[in-house]
Amino acid sequence: MSTVPPIDVVDSVDPVSVPKRIALVRPDRRPAVRTTEEKYVMTFPNLIVREVVLFQIVVIGLALAAIAFDAPLEGIANPLETPNPAMAPWYFLGLQELLHYFPPVVAGVLMPLLVVVALVVIPYARINLTAGPLWQGSGTHRAIVVFVAGGVIVGLFAVFRCWPIVVPTVAVLLAMFAARGSSGRVRSLLAKVTLPEWIMAWFAIVATVLTVIGTFFRGPGWSFVWPWTRAVGF
Amino acid sequence: MTTLSLDSVFRRVRDTGFYRSIVRHGAASTNRNRSLLVFENLFLHVHPVKVRARTLRFTHTYWLGGIALACALVLVATGVLLMFYYHPSVPQAYRDMKELEFVVDDGLFLRNMHRWAAHLMVFATFLHMMRVFFHRAYRPPRQFNWVVGVVLLLVTLLLSYTGYLLPWDQLAFWGVSVGTNMAKTAPLIGEKARFLLLGGNIVSENALLRFYVLHCVVLPVALLLMLSVHIWRVRKDGGVQGPPEPPPDREEVR
Repeated sequence: MSTVPPIDVVDSVDPVSVPKRIALVRPDRRPAVRTTEEKYVMTFPNLIVREVVLFQIVVIGLALAAIAFDAPLEGIANPLETPNPAMAPWYFLGLQELLHYFPPVVAGVLMPLLVVVALVVIPYARINLTAGPLWQGSGTHRAIVVFVAGGVIVGLFAVFRCWPIVVPTVAVLLAMFAARGSSGRVRSLLAKVTLPEWIMAWFAIVATVLTVIGTFFRGPGWSFVWPWTRAVGF
Repeated sequence: MTTLSLDSVFRRVRDTGFYRSIVRHGAASTNRNRSLLVFENLFLHVHPVKVRARTLRFTHTYWLGGIALACALVLVATGVLLMFYYHPSVPQAYRDMKELEFVVDDGLFLRNMHRWAAHLMVFATFLHMMRVFFHRAYRPPRQFNWVVGVVLLLVTLLLSYTGYLLPWDQLAFWGVSVGTNMAKTAPLIGEKARFLLLGGNIVSENALLRFYVLHCVVLPVALLLMLSVHIWRVRKDGGVQGPPEPPPDREEVR
C-alpha cells in the first residue's frame, strides 16, 4: 500500500472572497455513502398535530385538576408563630429529610452541590458510551470491588443512622448481585444493566424515598408519623 | 349560486391578497406546501421539514419534554393573568389571595391551575432527565444540551421556589424560611448570598419583592433563553434521540 501524504487543510482568511468547496477522496478510501432504510414522514401534519394534541391533553388535565383540587392557603404569614414541623416545598423535602441525619452544611450544601456536579459531568466522563453490562466478561475481581464500594456507602450512611438511604442501597446491591446469575426472566433483564444505570437508578430511588418520607411521614419535631394523621400542604 | 361550505369559506380566505401577504403558501394539501408551512414559520422552523417516523412513537421520548414545555406555556398564560391581581407587598399579597378566591372571576381556578402546572413542570422535567439518561441520549454530539438541560432543571426549581413565597401565607413564609436557612450554612458565601436573596436577615417584605421580581422577570427570561438554546440544539444535534439504536445498516459505494 502506498503511503498517503497528509492532507493540508488551509482555512481562508480573506473575508471578501467566496469560499470554494472541494471534496478530496484519499486513494486508500472509497467514496462510501451510508444508507439506511429509515422511514421519514412530513413534519406537518404528523408531528405538529401530535404536539397540538399533547398540549391540549396537558391543558385539559390541568384544568380538571384545578377544578377538582384547590391550591392550599393557610393563615397570613406570621414570623412569631412557627408551625411544627416547618416544611419546605415537596421537591426540597428530600434535602430537608437529609437535614435530620447530617449537619446542615452537608445536607444543605455539600450533597446538592455533589449531585449537580455529578449530573453536569455525565456526558464528559465517557459514561455509558459502550454500554457494556456490569457483569459482562468479569471475574470475581469486579464483584469484590462493587461489594466493597457498596459496603463503604452502606457503612457511611449507617454511621449517621440514615436508614432511608441504607435500606434502598442494600436493596439495589442485592439486585446487582442477583443479576450475576443469568437464569430466569428477571435476572436476564437485570443482567443487561450497566454500572452507570445502576448508579442513576440508585440515586432516583433514594431521592424518591427521601422525598416521600419527608412529604408524607413527618410530623411535629420531624418525628415519624403516618400520613393519615396529618394534613399535607403542597 | 354557490353553496356555502366551511371548505369554500377557507378557500376564499386563503385566496385573499391580505392572507397571502401573511402566509405565502397555499393549503397544506401538497407535500410542497406542507414543507413551506414548517419552513416559512418562525415558530415551526425549529422542526425539520421531515422527521424520522420512529421518533413519533410514544416510547421514543414519552413526550416528557413536551409536557414540561406545555406546562411552561400554561404557567406564562396563567401567571400574566395573576399578575393583574397581585401586589408584592405585606399584607396586601395575602389579601390578594383572598380576593382571587372570593372576588375575582375564576380567580381561584387561575391560581389552582398555576400551582398544579408548576408542580407538574418540576415532576415532568425530572422524569425527562431520567428518560434522557436511560436512553443514553446525552452521548456525543448531545453533551452540551444535557448541561443546558441541567441548568433548565435548576431554573425550574428556582422558579417554583420563588413563586412559593408569593401567597404570603404560613406555608409560604416557613417553606422559604427553612430553605434559605439551609443556604445560610454554605461556607464563606452562605450568609451573604442569603442576605442578597432576602434583602435582609429574615424573610420580610423585602424578600417578597425580590422573589416577585425574580419570579416574574429574571427567571422567566432566563428560562426563555435557555429553553430556546435547548430546543434549537435538539435540532442541531440531529433531532430527538430515543432508545439506543444499532449503527446504520450498511455502506454502499456510489
